[in-house]
Amino acid sequence: MTKTFSRAALSVLMLAGASGPALAQSIDEQVNQIFANSTGWFVNLIFSNFPGTTFPWIVAWLVIAATIFTVYFGLIQFRAFPHSISLVKGDYSDPNDAGEVSHFQALATALSGTVGLGNIAGVAVAVGIGGPGATFWMILAGLMGMASKFTECTLGVKYRNEYEDGTVSGGPMYYMTKGFAERGLPAGKFLAILFSVFCILGALGGGNMFQANQAHAQISNVVGDYPGWITGIVFAFVVFIVIVGGLKSIARVTEKVVPFMGIMYVAAALVIILMNADKIGWAFGEIFNGAFTGAGVAGGMVGALIQGFKRAAFSNEAGVGSAAIAHSAVRTKEPITEGFVSLLEPFIDTVVICTMTALVIIITGQLIQDPNTGLYLLDEGASTIQTVDGNKGVALTSAAFSSAFGWFQYVLAIAVILFAFSTMISWSYYGLKAWTFLFGEGHTKELIFKVIFCLFVVIGAAANLGPVIDFSDAAIFAMAVVNIIALYCLMPIVKRELNSYQSRLKSGEIRKFA
Amino acid sequence: MTRKIVVGYDDSAGGKSALDFAVKQLKAQGGSLVLAHVLEWSPYSFLTPEEIEERHARRKEELSRAETAVLGPVVAQLAKEGITVETTLKYGHIAETLCRIAKDEKADQIIIGRTGESGFSSRLFGSVAGSLAQVAPVPVTIVP
Repeated sequence: MTKTFSRAALSVLMLAGASGPALAQSIDEQVNQIFANSTGWFVNLIFSNFPGTTFPWIVAWLVIAATIFTVYFGLIQFRAFPHSISLVKGDYSDPNDAGEVSHFQALATALSGTVGLGNIAGVAVAVGIGGPGATFWMILAGLMGMASKFTECTLGVKYRNEYEDGTVSGGPMYYMTKGFAERGLPAGKFLAILFSVFCILGALGGGNMFQANQAHAQISNVVGDYPGWITGIVFAFVVFIVIVGGLKSIARVTEKVVPFMGIMYVAAALVIILMNADKIGWAFGEIFNGAFTGAGVAGGMVGALIQGFKRAAFSNEAGVGSAAIAHSAVRTKEPITEGFVSLLEPFIDTVVICTMTALVIIITGQLIQDPNTGLYLLDEGASTIQTVDGNKGVALTSAAFSSAFGWFQYVLAIAVILFAFSTMISWSYYGLKAWTFLFGEGHTKELIFKVIFCLFVVIGAAANLGPVIDFSDAAIFAMAVVNIIALYCLMPIVKRELNSYQSRLKSGEIRKFA
Repeated sequence: MTRKIVVGYDDSAGGKSALDFAVKQLKAQGGSLVLAHVLEWSPYSFLTPEEIEERHARRKEELSRAETAVLGPVVAQLAKEGITVETTLKYGHIAETLCRIAKDEKADQIIIGRTGESGFSSRLFGSVAGSLAQVAPVPVTIVP
């Protein structure tokens, strides 16, 4: 299998070498066409609307779940927020347990998987279609999503597998099988298999192709247009030597650089916002007005809401189940503590970072308004808002930041490459966990998945934004369909854990060490 | 009351010098010895998902390596000389952990070896000796 893939990759290279840019362009187009044709049915199924409406059922599915968890756990995301911060600071960590993975490390690692292009490109897509109002729904989705993440990450740690060699594996597939068996519920194994299949598709889609695609978009935005498969091959090579070649040092450097890029991104956004301090009130006005009226925006209020929720879910992955895989490897005596820590993720990712991006795009005037009515102008197809220079996706964010600092597009290009790379590495891990759950552990089996993963990097970079973004959303939301069913079935277990922990915290049995 | 000395030991030349110095003191003045090996660890470093998964296994490996390769031979050697020692193996920031051990053990003195690091890196990141000199709760001896 590996040889077949190598031969295919080689023939693509040879073809490219023997031809000119025209053939290269046609390879991109062919890849794009084949991709769009073969994934269209799946995308249509996931994003079909409620009959007679333009509201996708999957968005309602996520919103309702997040609302139910928020109510069922008594606004846990707000009540537990200070305690979550104490846990991350290490106030409750036993010094004698040092040497294990700390809550901070778990959060930082999970964040480097989620903070990425969703925060830069995804927000631009949401605001470009849904207008500033999409930001309001994105923030709301982020706040609600905190409860979903709390639920899934607690279960991830509680039902993880601990092997004799000391390594741990976990995630929705494990709580689906073990948790369902514990509660005497049927179909746990079936859900686990279904989730694993979707997780592999999500890893190849949102965790891979979307990243490669947007990284290429940003690079060509800076250096000029060139065929996407070239970026794809380079990215695939680096991903290959990390995940197949075992050259962990590259990943380690990226993991260290990514948090600093994140801090720098937020700092730059803050500076731009403060430079335009007089427009902050106006921008928030646009966000609130747009959220409820959606006037002069593609799809109106519902369009803003759908875009906001869609992109928030894509960015923070709450309810999707991927974070449960990342967090479940953490060693802690109390599974619920990892739930508390993980609820900070959607807050940092969506409420803080995504809002910053949206504010910069709005404040720098990238979205074109009718000077007379103040309404946003739609493009010819009436599907997106007209922007300065017609930018969309990551190019829109880049233009917004560059309007304040001309050099920022270069910094953003580096940030995008690093974010894309770290997200790919994280998702290759999630996909691999799902793959080994389905097919079992083993060197050859793991190698097959890793090689497939690398091939999809090339496809993602070569395909157009439209089909890639649709497939990425569909695969990731399909994970959420299965995961949320399991979360409903298992939430009483989380409630029991929560009550037990809270009573022990109150009685002083669980105490601060710091 | 007998004297108690904590020796920071890491199997380096500096660590061995510190131990030799401590043993001479014990032989001359009496007292007891705590051999402390601290594995540098920060809860705020960044890990990849795979590193998180394997962390516990690595920890077990590090502990057993420290036990068998670092502390074990020294304890055996000292036993031959008729000196009994307590050993302690901890994770954390080296200087802070040595201070904590000294407090917990109610020690009278901490002895460490000089690592010989100087210049930029120790100025930037701080050195164990420098930190101990500033924050140690008991007298500190740095053996060259």
